Order: sequence, then structure tokens, then C-alpha cells
Amino acid sequence: MTERLDQIFVVLKHWLLGYLPESWQTPVGVVISVVCIIGLYPALFAITTVLERKGVGRMQNRLGPNRVGPYGILQPMADGIKSLTKEDIVPTSADAVVHFLAPVILVVTVFMGFAVLPMGRNMVLVDMDAGLLFYFAMGASTELSVFMAGWSSRNKYSLLGAMRAVAQMISYEVALLLSSVVIVMMTGSLSLVKIVEAQNHYSYGFPHWFIFTPWGLAAFIMYAIAGTAETNRSPFDLPEGESELVAGYHTEYSGFKFALFFLGEYVAMFSISGLGSTLFLGGWMAPFSGLQFIPSWIWFFGKLFVSMCVFIWLRGTLPRLRQDQLMNFAWKFVLPMCLLNLFVAGLWRFMGEGWLRWLVCSAILILAYVSLGREGMRRQKFGPRSYRYAE
Amino acid sequence: MDFVFYLISAFAVGGALAAVLLKNLVHAALALTIAFFGLALLFLRLDAQFAGFAQILVYVGAVAILVVFAILLTKGSEVPKEGVFSKSWFAGLAISAGVFAVLAWAVLQAAPSLPNETAAPAVTVNDIGNALMSRYVLPLEIIAVLLTAALLGAVIVAMHEKAGPKQSAGAPGPSLLGTGERRNS
Repeated sequence: MTERLDQIFVVLKHWLLGYLPESWQTPVGVVISVVCIIGLYPALFAITTVLERKGVGRMQNRLGPNRVGPYGILQPMADGIKSLTKEDIVPTSADAVVHFLAPVILVVTVFMGFAVLPMGRNMVLVDMDAGLLFYFAMGASTELSVFMAGWSSRNKYSLLGAMRAVAQMISYEVALLLSSVVIVMMTGSLSLVKIVEAQNHYSYGFPHWFIFTPWGLAAFIMYAIAGTAETNRSPFDLPEGESELVAGYHTEYSGFKFALFFLGEYVAMFSISGLGSTLFLGGWMAPFSGLQFIPSWIWFFGKLFVSMCVFIWLRGTLPRLRQDQLMNFAWKFVLPMCLLNLFVAGLWRFMGEGWLRWLVCSAILILAYVSLGREGMRRQKFGPRSYRYAE
Repeated sequence: MDFVFYLISAFAVGGALAAVLLKNLVHAALALTIAFFGLALLFLRLDAQFAGFAQILVYVGAVAILVVFAILLTKGSEVPKEGVFSKSWFAGLAISAGVFAVLAWAVLQAAPSLPNETAAPAVTVNDIGNALMSRYVLPLEIIAVLLTAALLGAVIVAMHEKAGPKQSAGAPGPSLLGTGERRNS
């Protein structure tokens, strides 16, 4: 029974394919999986928007949406219909072709990332040998669409927002890549399925997730920071800083194109969270060996849900960074820590089993963290604030 | 050769042609990205996953962004009415045709001398990693040093003007900033 429930989607797909002739099975199977992915994540996106608006509302001491349906849960339906029926305005001076292509490319590249994410036991669209590389290649392509959106709008706020977004994404992409390289070093594979399998064993009921090692924890923290910045989420949401830039690079988008940007942002969050849980939190694995009877896909989406809640929580609590703080943080703190972490992971690998490597690796990382933090804070001068008004 | 190959090739060649022929610089840069992407697809078509994805990651993700940034941050991003064709386009055409001819000749000459393998060798990313870290470790390190030197050079070029006045006012700067100092003081 447990086995059946665990594999229910795989079995269902094979059952459906059984009705088709042999030569059709592979292409139709791929199409079914793709349609599932494309249908599932927008649905999750709809649920998350309500969750976010209610959650942030609660944190800001207000009610949030509560008019459409019980407790406002039908709000995304209303929003969807609204954005579909709204007029699609393209500014006269805008570059029409690029303006049209930008949201399309964004959504396409964001969805491509899911092709290699294992969402459950045997539930991966393509088990690529270079899966992680594919994921990052697709992630890198989203930057271009952000630039296209900002540039083609012919609006200074859009362009400024796009420049900020691209600068931020490039800076934090380095950290994102370097923090994931550690995992590749330890598993010896770029395939995400193999990375999950490498974590798939338990001792004393506890799993061997990579986050439960000194280098894994450090890499996870760096990954979480870089992932938040990569998806332009608060506290790294300068590209859309509404007090300065109206709405950043999608200022000049309306109607369904705006909805596509919105969708792209949230789906990118899902995909970054999914990759994070695959790399560090054991993907579809249960957190205790006693809980393995619960289907694997529930664990994957449960981890996704928890990380979305953390994203919302962060948005509700943290103030926005300034541009110089953002860049200094990326290049002077996150990047050195990531580089050091590579070295620590190598040390861990060659020190052999035993408690000594735990001690040495933790000591190096904590020492580096404290001294880098101290060094960074020492330069700051904390005094009474001074304001300079525009003349 | 099959249909998919011709489709991808048309994609790449079309992108490259558009990059040369379009009048707007940013459009040209975006078309160049299409050409890069087409090349990546060609690599993937040849089962070279690592090369293909690295091509996308480096060229589409970084080089294309660098190109558009450079276009936007430098003066003259405003496109002149008559377009951006340089006057020496004919010489450029001749040189690129010559380079293409030499490369094509070399490839065609080399083709018969290659081992005629019936089955494509299965090269995994793992194999590439092993080769890079064992047999080709020296070239890899040399490239790393070269890139580091280029990075430092770029930083020094970028620092030049900003650090100039400060350097002349205070402590003597490193010798590399010498010319800047003299000009500023």
C-alpha cells in the first residue's frame, strides 16, 4: 500500500501510456509530465499568493484579502480573471518585439529548471548527467529576460530596475554556484537524482542530509542567501523597490504580461527552494527513518512549502538592503565564505571518519564567520544619522 | 545530417546574421545571444552536454549580459540615424571570409585522418572532470592564472580614475597607478 501510494503518479502515467501504441509512448509520456509540471506550479503559485498576502497581513497587523470566498481563499481566481481581462498596454516608444518576448522568455526559462528536479522517488522528467549544470544554465538565462524587459520599456525606472536586478543576479549567482559546488565535490556527480541518493541513508533513525555537516550547513546558509537574492525577494528586492522605482523592470507591463512576471518570480522561488531541498535537505527523503511510509512526493512538496513560508516570513520581517550593502555583502562576505567552504569540504573528505574532522571543519568555519563579520562591522561608523536633502 | 541539425543551424546562422545586420546595438547584442544559444543547441545535438550547458551558462548568462551592460554604460548607445555600419565593412568581410576559409580548409583536411568510429563515444561529465583534474591539470591551472591576471587588470583599470585623487593626496600608491597619479596632480 505504502509503495503504491508512493509511486501513484508513476503508476498512473504508465497506466495511461498502456493504451497507446509502442512508438507513441515516449513522446506522449514526456508531454504528460510537462503538462503536469506546467499545471501544478501555477496552482501552487495561486495558493502561495493568498498565503503570502494573509501571512504578511498578519505580520503587519491587518487582515489581508478577505472578500472573495471564505477567508479570501478565492482571491487568486479574481486576480487571474482581472489580469486576463485587463487591457494590455504597450508604451508607444517601447520596443514592441523585445517588450513582448521578455515575459515569455522569463517564464520559459524558469519552468525549464523543473525538468531536472526529482520531485519524488522516480519522479523526474529527465535524469540528466549534467542536471545541476542545466539548472544553472537556465537560471542564468533569466537575467537576460529581465534586462530585455527593463530596456525595451523605454522608461528610466524600468531600466534602473533592470540594471539593479542584473547586477544583483550576477553577483549572487557566483555565490549560488560556489555553494552548490561543495555538494558536487562530495557526491561526485552533477545529476540531481544521484545527489538525492547520496543522502538516502539513515543512522539511528536520522538521515544523512548534507545540511547536517559543518560544510553543508555553511553552504546551505550561503545558498539560502544567494537564492533569496537571485529571486529578487525581500530583503534583496531593490530591483523592485517601490519607494524608488515604481515597480522596477516590470513597471510598463500590464494585464497578463504583468501576471507572467509575477508568475515567473514565484515559480523561480519554487524552483530555487526545490533545488535547495534537493541539494541540502535530502530532496524527497523523509526526515526520520520511521516516517518513510509517507509518500516521497509529500516530503518534497512539504519542504517546498516550508521554504516558501520562510520566504514570506523574511519578507514580513526584514528591511530592504541598500545597494552598496548588497554588493559588499555579496563580494566581501558571501563569496569568501563560499571559497573557504570549498577548502573545508576538501579537508572533510580527506580527514577520514571520526570526530576530529567535525571539530576542525566547524572551528575553521566559525572562526572565518566571526572574523569576517567583525572585520566587516569594524569599518562601519555608527553615529547620529545625517540627512542630505535634495536641493 | 537531419532535419533538426538544419533547423538548429538556421537558428544559429540567422542569429549571427541578425547580429551583424541589425541597426540597433542592443538588438544586435540580443541577436548574438540567439547565435550563442544555437551553438549550445548544436553541442547538445552532438551529445556534448557539458559543452552545451557551459556554453549557455557562460555565453548567454555572462558574456551577453556583459555586452549589453557595456553598450548601455558607454556613451553613444544612442543609435545614429544612418546605422552603425563602419566604413571599413568590406575589409572586415574579406578578413572574416579569409579566416573562415582557412578554418574550413583545415577541418575538411583533418576529417579523413580522424579515426572512423561507428559508435559515438559516451563521454560523461565525470570523465571530463577526471581529465581536467589529472591529464590536463596544467593547462587548466595556466588558464586560471591567466584569468586571475585579467581579473586584476580589469579591477585596476576600473579603479584608475576613482582612486586617482585620493592617491595623490595621501600615501604614494602602487607603481601600477603611477600614470594616473601624475595626470591628476
